Amino acid sequence: MGSGSELGIYLPIAEISVNIFVLFGMGAAVGFLSGMFGVGGGFLITPLLIFYNIPPAVAVATGANQVIASSFTGALSHFKRGTLDVKLGTLLVIGGVVGAGVGIYVFVLLRELGQLDLIVSLLYVIFLSTIGGLMLLESVRSMRRTRAGQLASLKKPGQHNWVHRLPFKMRFRASKIYVSIIPILALGAAIGFLSSIMGVGGGFIMVPAMIYLLKVPTNVVIGTSLYQIVFVTAFTTVMQATTNQSVDIVLAFLLMSGGVIGAQYGTRIGQKLRGEQLRALLATLVLAVGLRLAIELFVTPDDLYSIAIALAAPGAS
Amino acid sequence: MRILATALLLILASLSAAMAQQLPGNKETIEIGLSTDTIAITSGFRGTDLTVFGALDNADPLIQRQGRYDIVVILQGPERDFVVRRKDRFFGVWINAESVSFQHIPASYSLASTRNLQDIAVPKTFAQLSLGVNNIFYEPMPDGFGSSASLREFTKELPRLKLKQNLYSQRPGDVQFLSSTLFRATLSLPANVPVGKHQARAFLFRNGEFLRESSTSLNIVKAGLEYRIYKAAHENSLLYGLFAVFLAVITGWMGRLMFRKD
Repeated sequence: MGSGSELGIYLPIAEISVNIFVLFGMGAAVGFLSGMFGVGGGFLITPLLIFYNIPPAVAVATGANQVIASSFTGALSHFKRGTLDVKLGTLLVIGGVVGAGVGIYVFVLLRELGQLDLIVSLLYVIFLSTIGGLMLLESVRSMRRTRAGQLASLKKPGQHNWVHRLPFKMRFRASKIYVSIIPILALGAAIGFLSSIMGVGGGFIMVPAMIYLLKVPTNVVIGTSLYQIVFVTAFTTVMQATTNQSVDIVLAFLLMSGGVIGAQYGTRIGQKLRGEQLRALLATLVLAVGLRLAIELFVTPDDLYSIAIALAAPGAS
Repeated sequence: MRILATALLLILASLSAAMAQQLPGNKETIEIGLSTDTIAITSGFRGTDLTVFGALDNADPLIQRQGRYDIVVILQGPERDFVVRRKDRFFGVWINAESVSFQHIPASYSLASTRNLQDIAVPKTFAQLSLGVNNIFYEPMPDGFGSSASLREFTKELPRLKLKQNLYSQRPGDVQFLSSTLFRATLSLPANVPVGKHQARAFLFRNGEFLRESSTSLNIVKAGLEYRIYKAAHENSLLYGLFAVFLAVITGWMGRLMFRKD
């Protein structure tokens, strides 16, 4: 007995034995992709963990923890280079903390109702298929453009939209914008909510929203987004740890150490290779992960019944 | 060997005077014991057998030769509250729909017996003793269920799910007499055995009639670094969360130092 456990490690919170190299490799692969494409990778880690039989509650909380490692150094270097709007970022953090707080409350409620796994899967199916679809569309379009010999040019965002008619305006010098704080707080809150329920950083929503909604210049977008992500995922991690005890530090460490190494190589390769084909590939991967989650929702489970420790007295609802 | 195996043995005959008093009825006594009151399992634990030794004294030799003494030994885990849920299909998606909550349910239950239970005594006897997976009292929470029909349905599913998780087990034939007085029961400690206080109980039957029982307790604790992490997460959760954040920051920063090319 005990053979085959050599590569195994027991995750104290997830309470299952896993293969070290599978998790390290998972972290490295996602780190590689995130380095290559400049995405956080949280939205790939959590579903992959769920496929690997990590309980969704642990996958989500640990995903948030893991995102800190990949965002912290990025935020730091943007801060040094001055490509970070601290004032804007701090407002986003304030919104994010509120959103994450609400998210944790909803998380606990869903867990008590036994619907957490379902909602996490549903959210991922929606987000992954939307993002994957949009990315695929975009990369196919730009591939066509390149073939037609045109230069891919960034569409210049329109000068004014409904966001600029909102009250409580504030001036952000680093971003050179003068905008209402309402959409900023709301955006921060939405990202914070997703961070606590899905275990993602939320950069994939934050970046386009800042560019198209708030008209933040692209040079400060990434840094400011990373700044918000670091603080909100840190807040989420502490909240998950105190309310649900679902942060698995061993799991997080394996993913993080794989992730930081993978990211270094990803960044190097990403600088050398041309984007469109790779982006189409990432889009396909994202769509495949979403599809796999979707299929699981529809396939008849082996056992219709399940048993769990009762978390709270029912009858409250 | 990571598997810290079984607690063994013990108690031998309490050789109390069997001589003079020839009482007509129930003079037989039964006793069981464990060599330790605490078992520490490490994280590599994949389940094992627990052997419990016991002694049957003052047995009637005639009945013994006929094999009409039967012993049932159980090891029962700490009581917990559980909720059993059933998935139903809504618009093609399988969703947890109905549920029933139960309270004071043994988290684990392992039974060993000399023979199949139905060969030892009539079902009513076991029902009165709440002995056996199908006779445990599955107590619903007062407002934990919808209708009595669903309560019946889910009460049937609870032991089935527990058996499937190996948390409940019944092993007929795994109580064996080693001599005319000494017996050995082999119980299951599954890989996912709950920590806490477990109760070992032995039931003695003669000719299908329950005579008496003996019990002892066993504490199951987890040992090792992983369990200390688990404990920290539950007992010092704020500190644990802050440390998780700190670890992430350090890991990210270290990765950067390692790969910096200046």
